[in-house]
Amino acid sequence: MAFLCIDGLRARYGKLVVLDDVNFSVEKGEIVSLIGPSGSGKSSLLRALIGLLPIETGEIRLDGETIDYRDKQSVRRLRDRLAIVFQQYNLFQNMDVLRNVTLAPTKVKGWPSEECRRQAIQLLEKVGLGEKLHSYPDQLSGGQQQRVALARALALRPEVLLLDEVTSALDPELVNEVLDSIRILAKDGMTMIIVSHEMGFVREVSSRVVMMAAGRIVEAGTPEEIFDNPKNERARDFVSKILHR
Amino acid sequence: MNYTLQFGQVIDHLPYLAGGAWLSLLLATLAFFGGMVIGILGAMAKLFGGRILASLIDGYVVFFTNTPALVQIYFLYFGLPEFGIILPPFDAVLIGMTLNSGAYLTEIQRAGFLSIHRHEVEAAETIGLSQLQTVWYVIIPHIVRTLYPALSNQYILITLGTSMAAIFGVEELTGRALSLNAETFRSIEIFLITAGLYIAVTLAANALLIFTGRYYFRARMRLF
Amino acid sequence: MPSIAEQLPHFLTYYNVEFLLKAALTTLALSLSGCVFGFVLGFAIAILRETRMLMLLPFRVVSVVFVEVFRRIPFLVTLFLVFYACQVLSFDVSVFIVATISTCIIGAAFLSEVVRTGFDSIPIQEREAAEAMNFTLAQVLTLIVIPQAWRVILPPAFAFFLSFIKDSALASQLGVVELTYSAKVMNNKGFSPVLGFGAALILYFIISYPLARVGLHMEKRLGIPMHRRP
Repeated sequence: MAFLCIDGLRARYGKLVVLDDVNFSVEKGEIVSLIGPSGSGKSSLLRALIGLLPIETGEIRLDGETIDYRDKQSVRRLRDRLAIVFQQYNLFQNMDVLRNVTLAPTKVKGWPSEECRRQAIQLLEKVGLGEKLHSYPDQLSGGQQQRVALARALALRPEVLLLDEVTSALDPELVNEVLDSIRILAKDGMTMIIVSHEMGFVREVSSRVVMMAAGRIVEAGTPEEIFDNPKNERARDFVSKILHR
Repeated sequence: MNYTLQFGQVIDHLPYLAGGAWLSLLLATLAFFGGMVIGILGAMAKLFGGRILASLIDGYVVFFTNTPALVQIYFLYFGLPEFGIILPPFDAVLIGMTLNSGAYLTEIQRAGFLSIHRHEVEAAETIGLSQLQTVWYVIIPHIVRTLYPALSNQYILITLGTSMAAIFGVEELTGRALSLNAETFRSIEIFLITAGLYIAVTLAANALLIFTGRYYFRARMRLF
Repeated sequence: MPSIAEQLPHFLTYYNVEFLLKAALTTLALSLSGCVFGFVLGFAIAILRETRMLMLLPFRVVSVVFVEVFRRIPFLVTLFLVFYACQVLSFDVSVFIVATISTCIIGAAFLSEVVRTGFDSIPIQEREAAEAMNFTLAQVLTLIVIPQAWRVILPPAFAFFLSFIKDSALASQLGVVELTYSAKVMNNKGFSPVLGFGAALILYFIISYPLARVGLHMEKRLGIPMHRRP
């Protein structure tokens, strides 16, 4: 059975149906990318997974355990194992980089502070920000802030990492440094669900690509299948527009 | 608590109380528009008048915004007779509130005038509008739209402020509540209903201002 | 009636001046205590409105009604309401206490909105990121929201205090011996109203204007306006 299973998920934002009968699964170590036009429900799917979007019907199972989003304890256990990075404004502006990364491990997980500090320094060096430990978010570029956000998410030792268009708000020249950090994580074997518009990157790093439109999954397959040989017309339409073929 | 609430007596006098609301609104409207005249003139004087005029207006604004309206009205009502001017209560309150509002509105208008971006004026010039056309079609609508929320808010504040007229015997809403209280002694009931009437009046006025703002001035505001 | 100039030396006796100054102090005490308690209560209300537990829903509803009601009633009416409520409840307190309670109520209503605006000024993603990391509401507020929000809260809160110093004049109607009441006493004693109310106006100005300058300085330092600018 897959590590993360989503069955018949349906969710609304007010009156608008943002997820409509979504069936989806992720194995450990897989990197699944969600692509599709704006408003197709990609971000909504991630938000639903982490418990920020209330679900109408459907089931989500993590490692065999069904998550009841109305049960606070269930959601807490889920968030213990999943981590999310948003498009922007992730970092806590009132503390420096190091504290941003050590705050949750010490205050939420209750791990010893010396260990959290060591881990934080290690992670920040991994994403190339070992020199910026005591800088404040507003002193960093967008790309640097997103890399700190990645380190911060990793500090909680998640089993699945959700990345919600983490490069979409960045100036073009800053995108690559963030993608590089994600490549390192991919090489380390991190299970990830990535929502992105960076098609080249998606193609390179994903083990599977899922295309969504209007809240439904339109097509799913390997990057080659999706980009070179889309079966569904909507998918073909999207791919041709994105890749100019 | 050995006091039973009896709203019956007060309900009987509801038309009397509600009638006071009209007087409150009248007072507020007069004070507002009077204050607006002062405000526009004062703002223009501060922005375009000479140094001396600007300082005088500044002095007026600083004085009236750092002292309570109530004391200003007391001064007018009791003090002017010293100089031979005897004002009936309503007039004293109206003049006092107008002068007070004028000071606040001067500052509001000034901020509004200053909010014009140079780009807008330049854009108008490049399209070929004359100075007068620019003022009429570009500057004034911009100012009105920008100021509308602040002015609406000020109007509501003035409406609530009219309650101090009761202290001088004016029979607006609070005044009538006090009269009724002297008659029936149903104090809590009277003031609860009076409070309710003020809420109703301010909500209605607010709603009206918001809708007028949206349709005529395209100034968007929230109710809550 | 002797002219104003003739009255002046009789007006400016030690006793009168002391009386007026004590009354001014009462004005300040009333404003300060009411606003401080009001801020504490308003802060609590704002935090209450941030919670999402179903158990607290009735309290949240009550606090919303409270805030919306007392922001739309004149302070004079609130004073009378509290005064007569105290009477009805056999709550035998001085008019100063009644006025302080009224101030606290009004302060709580207005300041809870100021605090809420401050909380709302924190980008929602920061709060969602914290929530997704399993921070409790208390942790989100104390570690992330409040350390940033206080800068947005302070100038408008100070502005409210400043405006309240003027509103406190209405407490004179209840009999609180604050500055306006003392001016009325002077008037009743036979002095020219120009002297009595004029002195009050000057004293109010002396209290208010320097504080207003402090507020402007704070505005500049924090970069947050006291009033919402057009």
